[in-house]
Amino acid sequence: MSRLIIEQGQIERQYWRDLWRYRELFYLLAWRDLLVRYKQTVVGVAWSLIRPLLTMIILTVVFGTLGKMPSAGVPYPLLVFCGMLPWQFFSNALAESGNSLVANSGLISKVYFPRMVVPASSVITSFVDFLISAVFLVALMIWFRFCPPANIVFLPLFVLLAFAASFGVGLWIAALMVEYRDFRFIVPFIVQFGLYISPVGFLSSVVSDKYRLLYSLNPIVGVIDGFRWCLMGGEHLIYWPGLAVSVVGVIILLATGIVYFRKTERTFADVI
Amino acid sequence: MSDTVIKVENLSKRYVIGQQRSKDDGFRHIIEDAVRAPLKWLSSRKKQEREEFWALNDVSFEVKQGEVLGIIGRNGAGKSTLLKILSRITEPTSGRIEIDGRVASLLEVGTGFHPELTGRENIFLNGAILGMSRAEVKRKFDEIVAFSEVEKFLDTPVKRYSSGMYVRLAFSVAAHLEPEILIVDEVLAVGDAQFQKKCIGKMNEISKNEGRTVLFVSHNMGAIANICSSGLLLQHGKRIHNGSVGQTVDAYLSSGTAASGEKRWRNEDCPATSCVRILSVRVIGDGETRSIVSIDRPIHFEVDFETLLEGLSLYVSIHIVHLSGGDVLSTANFPSASLETDAWSTKSFPRGRFRSRCTLPANLLNDGAFLINVAIMRSTRETEIFVREVIQFTAQDTGGMRREYTGHWIGVVRPRLGWKTESFAAA
Repeated sequence: MSRLIIEQGQIERQYWRDLWRYRELFYLLAWRDLLVRYKQTVVGVAWSLIRPLLTMIILTVVFGTLGKMPSAGVPYPLLVFCGMLPWQFFSNALAESGNSLVANSGLISKVYFPRMVVPASSVITSFVDFLISAVFLVALMIWFRFCPPANIVFLPLFVLLAFAASFGVGLWIAALMVEYRDFRFIVPFIVQFGLYISPVGFLSSVVSDKYRLLYSLNPIVGVIDGFRWCLMGGEHLIYWPGLAVSVVGVIILLATGIVYFRKTERTFADVI
Repeated sequence: MSDTVIKVENLSKRYVIGQQRSKDDGFRHIIEDAVRAPLKWLSSRKKQEREEFWALNDVSFEVKQGEVLGIIGRNGAGKSTLLKILSRITEPTSGRIEIDGRVASLLEVGTGFHPELTGRENIFLNGAILGMSRAEVKRKFDEIVAFSEVEKFLDTPVKRYSSGMYVRLAFSVAAHLEPEILIVDEVLAVGDAQFQKKCIGKMNEISKNEGRTVLFVSHNMGAIANICSSGLLLQHGKRIHNGSVGQTVDAYLSSGTAASGEKRWRNEDCPATSCVRILSVRVIGDGETRSIVSIDRPIHFEVDFETLLEGLSLYVSIHIVHLSGGDVLSTANFPSASLETDAWSTKSFPRGRFRSRCTLPANLLNDGAFLINVAIMRSTRETEIFVREVIQFTAQDTGGMRREYTGHWIGVVRPRLGWKTESFAAA
């Protein structure tokens, strides 16, 4: 029989074991969010295709046709969609996990479970959207008769990086949102702003070499570059120092996110 | 001491209500205030900027294997905070708890139910939230559905359920958890009489047959007396009593002492006319002024009044009204309306102070909350003073009539009546 000790600061010790015990809750919460999301809509799941499709068209027109940005020999819509794939994953995860604790405040104040399950399952929900979009990308590649290079085998690593970046930032925002609802206003702003400062509609090589390293401080830059490198091929040479900066940035974000979340978690029920 | 499964030592929980703040960071605090508003009412009387509120203060107790502990106390006594700490929803400020065994808590019926999902989907979701594995829910699925009596609506979104169906389904999921320790907060307050009976039966089964430990919070003393083996009484965050359930319920009833079982007017505010004024009115149960009285003991009402003129003939009358509306009875000390003639009802009063006492026999009122109106009459027709809703009191079920039937007794009165069944030959 397990002995549980409750004291101030004591809950810490059982935490990771509990997280494992509640592993089914991850996917049940994600499943619930997916199931509920398209209830009482006419178009249903098609929404998860319509949104990226429209964004792709707009970005292609603005940056490709009007801005005449370089495309390094790849059809511009494909280039844009390759950047959008990780970006939409990141921005959806951010918005959903940021709001997740507050949206589930009923649960938080009435039941015990490791709170990290909640933002994590929001990231999983966004990942499902990511997969749907990925299928669409495959269709787009067939349409343009574009064959991805061998680099594609490294794609899972960059998906993992995208996952870590989304979860890291998601943890920060979810925890901050509990106490400061200001983030409800800040998050849409980050998402909107981020679309333009991240290389979604253009190649990151248009940024001059002098500022490239600085630009890579935005962790999503490394992720998007990586995706393009895997899917579009060698001409989109990866800027390795930049990628290193992005990877380190993501690791720091994730680590501090976990620490901050764990620190504030114990008072969630009192503050929320 | 090996059979102690929960050991609570010097447990305290402090909430800080309101924050010290400067004037220049306004917007952030508008949002913060909205968040904190629910906590504020706890101390609405004090107006300091920063306050501490001890929801629990140095509470210690132990619970043994298989024991069913009833936790009782008035609103704000700290019961819910205690359960929240035991279920690890919030941390204590100081103190220590040791728990042996898996804990499942049911602080609210239907936590995590999603209105858009069907009954079937919610069973799985709710099970996972309460800590059951998918396989466990699957195994007990039929049992859960049968207990809840909502078979026909399993594939209907729960937002279309009646509130009774909703509660039944939610309780069923929780009732089929198999923890070593079950924590339950006031869930029996919902649902109809038949379902309540079923719930009580289920809880009895969990504790008596399966030997599990249960912690149970309720305001329903009848249910407490029926299910629990021991009791813990909290008041303002402190432990007042911990012992057998009977003693604890008694202690709870007497803790209502003088809190509001009496209405005493200041001189200038007395309900008065030129010839008489009412000084105070009180409800007495078990020899003490209290606002919570047991239904199985006599209840006394006392009216103190002062005559301002010589030679008046006065009568005192009391009306009992149910809190949710509806008259229960009215009574007065007219000679023909009393058991024994009240000596003063046939004489005229000199100037002075008098106390009239009316006794309601034991086992007359049903449990519930009642109000009393008081009247002083000049003659049998002329009302001199009539004061409405002077005192509210609660008649509390103590479980004396609950050995067989555990549900709700219909009606505002619940007398013990004569019963006799005989066989008779067919004509």
